[in-house]
Amino acid sequence: MRDMMVLIEPLIPGLRRYARSLLRDADAADDLVQDCLERVVGRWHQRRTDGNARSWVYTILHNLAINRIRQQTRRGQHLPMDNAPEPALAEQPTQESQLHSRDITAAVDRLPDDHRAVLLLISVEELSYAEAARVLDVPVGTVMSRLSRARERLRRDMTDSPQVSHLRRVK
Amino acid sequence: MTQRPITEDDLQSYVDNALNPERRAEVDAFLAGNPALRERVDTDIAYKLALREALAPIASEPLPARLNLARLADERRKPRIAGWTSAAAAMALMLTGGAGGWSLRLASEEPRAGIGSLAQEAADSYAVFAPDLGRPVEIQAADEAQLVSWASRRLDRAVKVPNLSAAGYTFLGGRVVPTPHGPAALYMYDNGSGTRLVMLTRNMAIDKNAPMATDDNGQVTTVSWASQGLGYSLAGPLEPERLHTIADQARIQFGHVS
Repeated sequence: MRDMMVLIEPLIPGLRRYARSLLRDADAADDLVQDCLERVVGRWHQRRTDGNARSWVYTILHNLAINRIRQQTRRGQHLPMDNAPEPALAEQPTQESQLHSRDITAAVDRLPDDHRAVLLLISVEELSYAEAARVLDVPVGTVMSRLSRARERLRRDMTDSPQVSHLRRVK
Repeated sequence: MTQRPITEDDLQSYVDNALNPERRAEVDAFLAGNPALRERVDTDIAYKLALREALAPIASEPLPARLNLARLADERRKPRIAGWTSAAAAMALMLTGGAGGWSLRLASEEPRAGIGSLAQEAADSYAVFAPDLGRPVEIQAADEAQLVSWASRRLDRAVKVPNLSAAGYTFLGGRVVPTPHGPAALYMYDNGSGTRLVMLTRNMAIDKNAPMATDDNGQVTTVSWASQGLGYSLAGPLEPERLHTIADQARIQFGHVS
């Protein structure tokens, strides 16, 4: 159990960040992380010791998140993005640079789920392309093309919507 | 020597600092001659940094108590003790009489029978044999015929090994294992990236025919069913939905229509 504490505990802040960025709901995200950690504890001894603990844990979390997003979509309870509590993703801007950062999270929120997942895993959680491929259960080539499309979309979105119009434009 | 052409993947890897120094220098040189692409790459980098900065506060929040890993691990170890204590409490209540004792007894762990007991045996077999890197099976897949004849002899009826390769799981081999309800055949599968499944099959004294039932004890999921006196349980560390799909494939191969 001690190796579990050493390997998993430092990952928890990142897991929360990933879950919250995907779900856009702080409480639901922590529920998910808790669920994920319970599974990690329960399945720890079944994990292949030569495997990569980080991609294993992110895989569990990602699958839980996707299931949840699907359930929400099925039940029609998907949070409209402009009703999502703002602090769920970003702190209030305190500096010039963070004014910009609020726009970026809004733009990332508008990406399709699978593009958002790739972008977050690579850019924010700093997984390698191979690790992200394992987490998403797709070939590395698919990770690369989704990443490319996600970044392209982000650029387009950020340039053709001036800051003020963002929130109104969202469906 | 001509240089390999610069690809879109190179540009993404450049943004993510995932290139070796030589290739990075080549991309730098390429971008120097393509101001529009240089600007695109710089924009991607700026957005990446802005996104990280925006999300960083989440990771520096103090962790809520419910995400305390040591405590989650402790709680996981407790239920067995809690089970005993509540069983003891139930006994005491039953002795002092009253319906309260009865309902408490129901709430504590019941000994399982039929399909439930088969699921437990499959989960136990999984816990013992699946993590065994050295000798997960006694008879290798190459000697499947030998395994089938051994298992058929011990179960006193013809058994057959389901093929789960459509789901990405390769048959590793198997063995005969003991259960409180007689010998069972165990088949083991591996998906090549660390996930193993165990299928357990044995004769059923009760629940000779039972529809598929899913159980998740927190460590392993099981999908169990029985047909014509033979019970099957597939165990693995997968989401119930996914395991159920794989179990369906096995069930079709046994030719069960219901």
